Amino acid sequence: MTRTVLFAIAILAGLAILALAPAFLGEYGLGFMVSLMSYVTLATAWAMFSGPTRYISLATVAFFGIGAYTVAVFNETLPYPFVLIVAISIGALLATFVGFATLRLAGVYFVIFSFGLAELVRQLITWFEVNITGTLGRYIFLPFETRHIYWQLLALAAVTIGIGFWIRQTRLGLALKVIGDDELVAAHSGIALARTKVLLFVLSASLMTLAGAIQSPRWVYIEPAIVFNPTISFLTVIMALLGGATRLWGPALGVIPLMILFEWLSASFPDHFSIFLGAMFILIVFLLPKGVLSAVETRLARLKREANA
Amino acid sequence: MLLAREQESEPFQKLGGQEMLKFTRRNAIAGLAALTAATSFSVVSSVADDRSSIKIGYAVSKSGGNATGAGITTIPNYELWVKDVNAAGGLELPDGSRLPLEVIEYDDRSQTEEVVRAIQRLGAKDKVDFILPPWGTGFNLAVAPLMDKFGYPHLAVTAVTDKAPEFAKRWNKSFWFLGGGVDYAEALSEVLSAAQEEGQINNKVAMISVADGFGIDLVNAARPALEDKGFDLAYDVTYPLGTSDFAAIVNDAKNSGADSFIAFSYPPGTFGVTKQAQVAGYNPKVFYTGVGGAFPVFKKISGGQQEGVMGIGGVQSDSKAIQAYFAHHTEEIGNPPDSWASAVTYSSLQMLQEAIRRVGLDRDAVAKELSTGEFDTIMGKVKLEDNQLRTLWWAGQWQGDNFSAIAPAGGTGTVAPVIPKPAWK
Amino acid sequence: MLISTLMFGLVLGGTYALVALGLSMQYGISRIMNLAHGEFMIAAAFCAYVLFDFAGLSPLVTLLIAPLIGFGLSWLIYTVMMHPLVKRAANRGQLEADSILATFGLLFILQGIMLVVFGSDFTSYSYLNIPIDIFGVTIAVSRVVAFGLSLFLGLVLYVLITRSRWGATLRAVALSPASAPLVGIQVDKVARQAFAIGGALAASGGVLVSMFVTFSATGGVVFTMKALIVVIMGGVGNLLGALIAGLALGVIETFVTSYFDPGLSLASTYLLFIIVLLWRPQGLFGSVRS
Repeated sequence: MTRTVLFAIAILAGLAILALAPAFLGEYGLGFMVSLMSYVTLATAWAMFSGPTRYISLATVAFFGIGAYTVAVFNETLPYPFVLIVAISIGALLATFVGFATLRLAGVYFVIFSFGLAELVRQLITWFEVNITGTLGRYIFLPFETRHIYWQLLALAAVTIGIGFWIRQTRLGLALKVIGDDELVAAHSGIALARTKVLLFVLSASLMTLAGAIQSPRWVYIEPAIVFNPTISFLTVIMALLGGATRLWGPALGVIPLMILFEWLSASFPDHFSIFLGAMFILIVFLLPKGVLSAVETRLARLKREANA
Repeated sequence: MLLAREQESEPFQKLGGQEMLKFTRRNAIAGLAALTAATSFSVVSSVADDRSSIKIGYAVSKSGGNATGAGITTIPNYELWVKDVNAAGGLELPDGSRLPLEVIEYDDRSQTEEVVRAIQRLGAKDKVDFILPPWGTGFNLAVAPLMDKFGYPHLAVTAVTDKAPEFAKRWNKSFWFLGGGVDYAEALSEVLSAAQEEGQINNKVAMISVADGFGIDLVNAARPALEDKGFDLAYDVTYPLGTSDFAAIVNDAKNSGADSFIAFSYPPGTFGVTKQAQVAGYNPKVFYTGVGGAFPVFKKISGGQQEGVMGIGGVQSDSKAIQAYFAHHTEEIGNPPDSWASAVTYSSLQMLQEAIRRVGLDRDAVAKELSTGEFDTIMGKVKLEDNQLRTLWWAGQWQGDNFSAIAPAGGTGTVAPVIPKPAWK
Repeated sequence: MLISTLMFGLVLGGTYALVALGLSMQYGISRIMNLAHGEFMIAAAFCAYVLFDFAGLSPLVTLLIAPLIGFGLSWLIYTVMMHPLVKRAANRGQLEADSILATFGLLFILQGIMLVVFGSDFTSYSYLNIPIDIFGVTIAVSRVVAFGLSLFLGLVLYVLITRSRWGATLRAVALSPASAPLVGIQVDKVARQAFAIGGALAASGGVLVSMFVTFSATGGVVFTMKALIVVIMGGVGNLLGALIAGLALGVIETFVTSYFDPGLSLASTYLLFIIVLLWRPQGLFGSVRS
């Protein structure tokens, strides 16, 4: 009991410190934190579904982009909270479709399907804008400073991790674990496979959509090619897998070292960024196959054993 | 006064080749200039005294999808300029002293969020003296609010937007150098209309456009402009970014019966269309391409048959300064610049350099000078109107080895268009 | 009109099939989802360009050299990088995740090296960009050559795999890497061979494509994505399926361009792909395993 209380206090204290970050971080530091929070949200939301079910989704940017694009379309005509609601609705609608697709597809088929879907969405939006509205390239002029965007993303990241925590406490989490281990067993033990998977995917995708929507005012100019950049999907997967997609805190812990690494590489080796980045990925696959968190735990466990011995 | 007169007396056009940036004349009266500067800009020069360099920062796409565009137009010119300035002993300040340039560069990896963060880093952490813009319309718009917030003059060169007047007002230290879609579309329709009046082409136009902000901006402006001149759009389609095969499109354009073919295209599509037109034996009397037509690589792509191909941009090919710039660029970078935004990019840097020479490192003063001053550049005398460059060439045509400006008709440095284009061999 | 659209479509489809053959081998048999596939092609394209531009060597001669280099390099990559992953992987899912990550890293390394060596500029040269008249339709010779070679390569490999003894071992490995050793097959060796052949195919594809496509150091991902779609649609490891799927995609894209709206040509590809996946998750023609 006391442990839980202490844990809760620690979380709240951490949140409070993070919320006060704009007071002591400069503009640059805050910009970094914006990216960090955005990817913590994306990676945690991604792992919420993909961790237990082991479906590697590359549709992250489809939702992230829909969020950003919705803001670009409606930011002048609707009040901001409504824009966010519209964004979530569109994201959730698409996610329902993808969720149902997971019932038929698995493995690499789902990987490529999700990638194709992101591209299809981008192509269709482009076609719609060109032929129906005649405007490609929209502007977002919302009166947000970096710190406003940061606070929103911090809240979103906290909510995302909170939802991840909550799922673990419920029957849903247990059901997912069983699904991930063996779908057949799950079906036999009376788990409503379809409903569980679709529900979870919609939840995870809605959070991604929000992340895109909140972050978009930073870019001012929005074009499908800019917001549906597949790199975002890839980076999300890499970060989540690096940290460990089956743990609650894994994805977040994958984001932090990678973000710092990217920042350092792009500053120190602007001409050789790609090469270093590639080498880093390969090293991660070889040295940390199960993610940072698991590697740290193994190391700690060994130290403990040695200390006891 | 003295500074202004000295500026006028420095005919950039007379300098050639490697001597391009050797400011011989200026040295002679540097002492006098320094005296003037010392009195009128004492605050700035005292800042300048305790520093050993001027920090210039930029974030451009060195990898990812935008790397090609940035690698042709933006990066080589930044490198060339830094090299030139440092070879001349550094950037000159109002007191006549020179400080070398120190460069901080980042790779934005073709991601908007990265470019935004890089500008925050340059402005808040590195605290550079000046920030050079990233490549592309979208990225320039993405960094514009931050540049404004940090108080940096923003020389948005590679940004084509019809909203430039609005943006110049919104961010009063931003400068827009490349006009908007309407400018290019209207100039082209003027060229075509003149040709039609002389009976060189019929009144049908086949037009294709790429589905991105650039292509759509241009085609939206071109439709009314062409119809206004009595043209009939016999074929008008938009194709998605990433299209690699133009066989069907070129075939349909060919069957449309139009004498003029317009592609508001983007590389590598521009190149694909050109090669396909050659294979299909498609020989419209006017063959116009979008971005890429003015790239030096176009000669190779067309198999040396670039003669008569029109496109966006163009340079004053008989200008000594432009010729010197092309030679210098080729020598230092290894390949010639493109004939649209490269010269504009270099000119914008010359303006920055000259503004700093006149008023020092105070960013507000530099912005004011850029906005109101007149500058000698490789494009000739340049004076911004409402923070925008308007004396610009809107269309060009390959004539011989040069991509010469053909519009605005009768403007300085333009040549008469050659219509019909010689057939592909 | 109809005939010309069909011809354009088939020739474009030939390119798609060519791009996909290598990946089909690598993923279908070696079980490595090679995301750096497109970078291999671009590297081969640069190779063809350099030899053509500076040594005057015809790309068709390069076509004999590049696949050998591609084979050797892929062999090396499999031995050094992929083999440990294959050995370590507890199941197919684990290997899939690992190989996606590792080859994603490889993609960046190759792209980075090409950026340093060749810069980011668009590269292109003209070879056989001359018209040929087939059934009254004018097509570039270079594209026809690419079309013909992709058909040839696809069919030869298909026959080899389905008819020869060596092909039977390949199929056995693709079908069940766990039980193949029981009948005396060296899974590791076969997988390595298949991966290296995939590399050779990618290299030949790159050389052929370089004759008519403008490429740049950062453009590999476009090829990879097209290849992925074709491979999945055709059925993993099914070379004939990949060939047919590639041709079908080309024809559909061209028909949409001519009869509907060029703006929807790429969208139609993805839509078709998604429909096929949902309708027949094993691909149009099943996999070698089925």
